[in-house]
Amino acid sequence: MSAATTHDAHHDDHHHHGPDPGVLRWVFTTNHKDIGTLYLVFSFLMLLLGGVLALGIRAELWSPGLQFVDPDFFNQLTTMHALIMVFGAIMPATVGFANWMIPMMIGAPDMALPRMNNWSFWLLPFAFALLLATFFMEGGAPAAGWTLYPPLVLQGGANLPFAIFAIHLMGISSVMGSINIIVTILNMRAPGMTLLKMPLFVWTWLITAFLLVAAMPVFAGAVTMLLTDKFFGTSFFSAAGGGDPVLFQHIFWFFGHPEVYIMILPSFGIVSQVLPTFSRKPLFGYESMVYATASIAFLSFIVWAHHMFTVGMPLAGELFFMYTTMLIAVPTGVKVFNWAATMWRGSLTFETPMLYAIAFVILFTIGGFSGLMLAIVPSDFQYHDTYFVVAHFHYVLVTGALFGIFAGVFYWLPKWTGNMYDERLGKWHFWLSTIFVNILFFPQHFLGLAGMPRRIPDYAVQFADWNMVSSIGGFGFGLTQLLFAWIVLKCCRGGKQATSEVWDGSDGLEWTLPSPAPYHTFETPPAVR
Amino acid sequence: MVSTARSAAPSAARANRRLAFRLLVVTAAMFGFGYALVPLYEIVCDITGIGGRTGVVSEAAATTGGVDSTRVVKVQFVATVNSGLRWAFEGPQEPLEIHPGKVYEANFSASNLSRRPVVAQAVPSVTPVGAAAHFNKIECFCFTRQRLEPGETRIMPVRFVVNEEIPRRIGTLTLAYTFFEAEPDARSAARDDAASHGTRTNG
Ligand code: HEM
Ligand SMILES: [Cu+2]
Repeated sequence: MSAATTHDAHHDDHHHHGPDPGVLRWVFTTNHKDIGTLYLVFSFLMLLLGGVLALGIRAELWSPGLQFVDPDFFNQLTTMHALIMVFGAIMPATVGFANWMIPMMIGAPDMALPRMNNWSFWLLPFAFALLLATFFMEGGAPAAGWTLYPPLVLQGGANLPFAIFAIHLMGISSVMGSINIIVTILNMRAPGMTLLKMPLFVWTWLITAFLLVAAMPVFAGAVTMLLTDKFFGTSFFSAAGGGDPVLFQHIFWFFGHPEVYIMILPSFGIVSQVLPTFSRKPLFGYESMVYATASIAFLSFIVWAHHMFTVGMPLAGELFFMYTTMLIAVPTGVKVFNWAATMWRGSLTFETPMLYAIAFVILFTIGGFSGLMLAIVPSDFQYHDTYFVVAHFHYVLVTGALFGIFAGVFYWLPKWTGNMYDERLGKWHFWLSTIFVNILFFPQHFLGLAGMPRRIPDYAVQFADWNMVSSIGGFGFGLTQLLFAWIVLKCCRGGKQATSEVWDGSDGLEWTLPSPAPYHTFETPPAVR
Repeated sequence: MVSTARSAAPSAARANRRLAFRLLVVTAAMFGFGYALVPLYEIVCDITGIGGRTGVVSEAAATTGGVDSTRVVKVQFVATVNSGLRWAFEGPQEPLEIHPGKVYEANFSASNLSRRPVVAQAVPSVTPVGAAAHFNKIECFCFTRQRLEPGETRIMPVRFVVNEEIPRRIGTLTLAYTFFEAEPDARSAARDDAASHGTRTNG
């Protein structure tokens, strides 16, 4: 640790020993903590931007009829909201955690391929600049849904090649990030840090990174086929040329379902770190957690057609995908029970990260249950493309993936900044978010069951009341996120000095480092018990 | 001052690069796999007959098996035009009662309602699942693209045979055609529409 604690004194000795002054530090940095910070800040900006688009949607749906936007722009809002949240907010945020925490958790000095790491991040601003530029093009932004189904997606304006190129950049970025993470975890662990001693967050990211390497290139292929169908005369998806639009759905969801686990597994990992800390007990069933995560990842490649039960599949196909989908509930259940058992008879305290972790377990499970309902083929025929699906994936993604990210930010913020965040404000953020998010998404279950279709700017008057309730929740949830920005900012600027351990029950290598974590850590490997 | 991070040690760096390279190969392979799904999908569709794809046979091959005159199968016809194509398209109104193994002919008719020449492709599909594998065409307007001048109407025949192995449970089958514009040119289509409807478009 001597190098770590004395780095300030030697500041100018060697350029490796502290951050370069000035903004160029952020452009050229290869330091895993800097890059982690860049990812996290970027993803928060995207969260706000995607949130503004979502509020555009909720404003339009406040009451029946068309009030603010025309239908085509409404479709641009839903499409861009989803693309930005998935590829700009959730995924980069989890990569930010990986960068910050994985080297510190496994006792490595940095990521394995630091220069590639810099590149992975810096592709993202360009990708999103391209994607956002489509708003200002003839015909506007992509409007065929984030699933980009042909033939509709091929009938839009000038945006298609730009959106596809942006997706390629995002894909390259996340594949490079994943390769880096895999190499770091497999090659850079401190002596004694065997695979089954790794913190669960590291495990979930290792598995996520493999999912990314396997799934993202398939998506890249699918959008490339769209591109060549539109501009180079191929007909992968055009029936007139002997292709088949349903084929796109198969390829897309072959990527798409693993993608949803790419978004949730890192949050599983975060919650598996937070719950033991505030229960003051080790994680219950550590090994079964590892195996459950691995089986979820494996199964995620053989369930994709549950997104397309209604396209007309043979009965055997419907049954196969129904049963494999339900099978995923088994390892998922293992996880939920392990989390509950971790808390069982622990001496619990309820700091903000713990509150988020508990809310995660409960609300994610609600999303899991609605998923099971959607997995039942005959039910899905009714629920498909209704607000019930919207409610399902927002429970798993907002109160799941995003709440896990919130838990992680509050949990590690003292380690990152050296200051405790304002606990009172943290609790306010938690309660406001949790109450509003349920006001926002729970009524969407009712709307969906009553038959309101998704992706429409106008609706029958019978749906008016719950839509207004949902919109109130939406604006409340959106505004609450400004409080989050304020809490983080306040914590960066000062606050009660954090100890190395930060939390009473913390356990793991990152808590042996001083707070804030020095710029360079574990340059000599730590001893692992 | 410890400036040799372990990542910089040459042997470790080599190991990292080697693993990264292997993962890159996996990435490239998965990109290829995405494309491999295209033929795989075709194969699955052909085996299971779910795409409703029909077979093509020669006149001679079609008539080698015997005619099963003890069986009657009802064949219905459906004619559809994909959105964006301004054609009228009709098939025979009455179902045809056929014997497996015997060659029949049905006449469809298409007219171009737009003000420009249009090239279109008809795509066939046979239901129910399991029937398509036994439905063979000898001659069909769907074998080639069809070009119609503005206002032109053409009778479009299809000669087909249902082979004798068609499962007993199938008493009725449906032959559906959809016409798709083969070289859609969004701008000229929009202009054409605008001209014929007198509406403003932003195409
Ligand atoms: C118990 C586990 C789960 C089951 C059984 C399940 C099942 C399903 C089913 C059957 C659908 C298709 C509904 C339809 O379109 O008709 C669906 C949609 C969706 N699910 Fe899940 N799901 C589960 C967990 C998750 C998780 C963990 C996530 C993400 C973190 C997720 C994200 C989504 C998304 C984004 C969609 C909608 C995609 C779209 O059409 O835009 N699901 N789910
Ligand atoms: Cu899925």
